[in-house]
Amino acid sequence: MIEVQNITKHFGAFRALDNVSLQVPKGKLVALLGPSGSGKTTLLRILAGLDAPDHGRVILDGIEATEQKARDRGIGFVFQHYALFRHMTVADNIAFGLTVRKGKDRPPRAEIDRRVAALLDLVQLSGLAGRYPTQLSGGQRQRVALARALAVEPRLLLLDEPFGALDAQVRKELRRWLRRLHDELGLTGVFVTHDQEEALEVADEVVVMNKGRIEQIGTPAEIYDQPATPFVYRFLGNVNSLPCAIHDGRAEIAGLSLAIEAPNSGGEGDGIAFVRPHDVELRPPADGLPRAVVEQLAILGPVVRADLLLPGNISLEVELTREQHTHLSLAKGSSVGLSLRRARVFAGA
Amino acid sequence: MRRDESPLIRWLLIALALGFLGLFLVLPLAAVLAQALGKGTGAYFAALTQPDAWASIRLTLLVAAIAVPVNIGFGLAASWAIAKFDFRGKSLLISLIDLPFSVSPVISGLVFVLLFGLQGWFGETLRDHNIRVLFAVPGIVLATMFVTFPFVARELIPLMEEQGREEEEAAIVLGAGGFKTFLTVTLPNVKWGLLHGVLLCNARAMGEFGAVSVVSGHIRGLTNTMPLHVEILYNEYDFVGAFAVASLLALLALLTLVAKSALEWRLRDEIAALRQS
Repeated sequence: MIEVQNITKHFGAFRALDNVSLQVPKGKLVALLGPSGSGKTTLLRILAGLDAPDHGRVILDGIEATEQKARDRGIGFVFQHYALFRHMTVADNIAFGLTVRKGKDRPPRAEIDRRVAALLDLVQLSGLAGRYPTQLSGGQRQRVALARALAVEPRLLLLDEPFGALDAQVRKELRRWLRRLHDELGLTGVFVTHDQEEALEVADEVVVMNKGRIEQIGTPAEIYDQPATPFVYRFLGNVNSLPCAIHDGRAEIAGLSLAIEAPNSGGEGDGIAFVRPHDVELRPPADGLPRAVVEQLAILGPVVRADLLLPGNISLEVELTREQHTHLSLAKGSSVGLSLRRARVFAGA
Repeated sequence: MRRDESPLIRWLLIALALGFLGLFLVLPLAAVLAQALGKGTGAYFAALTQPDAWASIRLTLLVAAIAVPVNIGFGLAASWAIAKFDFRGKSLLISLIDLPFSVSPVISGLVFVLLFGLQGWFGETLRDHNIRVLFAVPGIVLATMFVTFPFVARELIPLMEEQGREEEEAAIVLGAGGFKTFLTVTLPNVKWGLLHGVLLCNARAMGEFGAVSVVSGHIRGLTNTMPLHVEILYNEYDFVGAFAVASLLALLALLTLVAKSALEWRLRDEIAALRQS
């Protein structure tokens, strides 16, 4: 298990990490998700030993590693821009971690060659052993970087924005491939990303970070369904944030009255209610049902996006299926009744 | 050049550049050779093999053979430290490296007179121990080293900064130590820049006049380098001798340039690969 405890790190006056603690269970793939400047890459570099924390501890497999040098940590690191050795062939790049070993630790040449061949096979680049990095495509470089990191049989694999520099199609393929590879090899891994889709698809566990702090840790489903903070709500997926008034355990939004779910977000006064576009149910207008006017309709393949206007000039984005759309015969300017399947209220936010 | 530029302007620009080169580079070189061979090849070779001329050639090669390797070491260390590490006083170090570029070579020479001359800071100590620095080979080597020390560092710092630190970090995470990383990652990535810096450094080390002139004492056959020897012969109206040595100096410079171009041409693919990242 990989653990960091109470890590704080400043760069000059900027606080990159503020008392961050995190555990990565063995065999899990964890995503550090957050906007740029949230401290996720700094945390990754501290895990690798490339940066030192101001305070706090790094514990690798139960052993204190805060003071341990990067080269002794037995970690595989895939850099955002791959950082392949440009004057070495693909095979020499992959072999590097083995050839720099000293004395008895260095495997014999034949063993190194065998492992390089096996790794090239694993990353599906067998024919390219003699190429130089500049002769490869972005996706191929990425896989060489991964093979190079895996060659030392690391106890922890760290990936910094592993798909950031690739175009959309390649990114999708590599994402699935990495997930499969992880399941086959049973590695413990941490990767940094600012792309929520990537985090939700690839990771077992997602750590959402903002301004040097951890906002929430959970499985992709937990993070998406039960965001712990307004930041997580806004950062993950599309969401409506509606100003509301909280009174007696209920939130009032332009004629909609909501029971407040979580007791800890109670209180009195102003608040914000978060509603996902697909958690709004539209019905034919009826008495006793709050109403809204359809402002804009867009058909986006299998779904339809409707921009509604609630009384009090509050806009609400709604997602519905093509069937619902036909069934309700919605049109621009028509009136529609609505109810909320699920919403979450944060007081004073 | 833009393809749609009118042919007239294109030819005009090319002619201007070539004319400039001819006037300021080719013509003077030709003049040097013409003067040197003015009294036939016999006189030319006689001037070169004359004992004092021969001594100046040997001294110049010796000075370059010491100053250039020392500055390779210094330049590599300085540029590595500056480009790959953060530390206090980094910008001061960069300015200090530029100092010999901004100071007149005569002043550079005078600095050593102030330090090692009889009235200088270390003058008495050196005299007591019977060590000669000024008006001897050590002074000439020191002055040359001082004047030429920015060349390698200046060539490498921007190159290393552009290449970033990621490859070194990758090597360290993979288990390589600091020196191993330098040898296997940093050095191979900058070898062409290094070669260029070394050639420039060498050309200047052999050609330096001002600083060396101040510290040398102009003792014929002992402390005259080639540039100093050229001046002495010229002042004595020995034009064939002066220009013969001068032509040899120019030839050495041309040779290094040709060697560099030939290497770059032969290994152009590899150089292109290193420049991209």
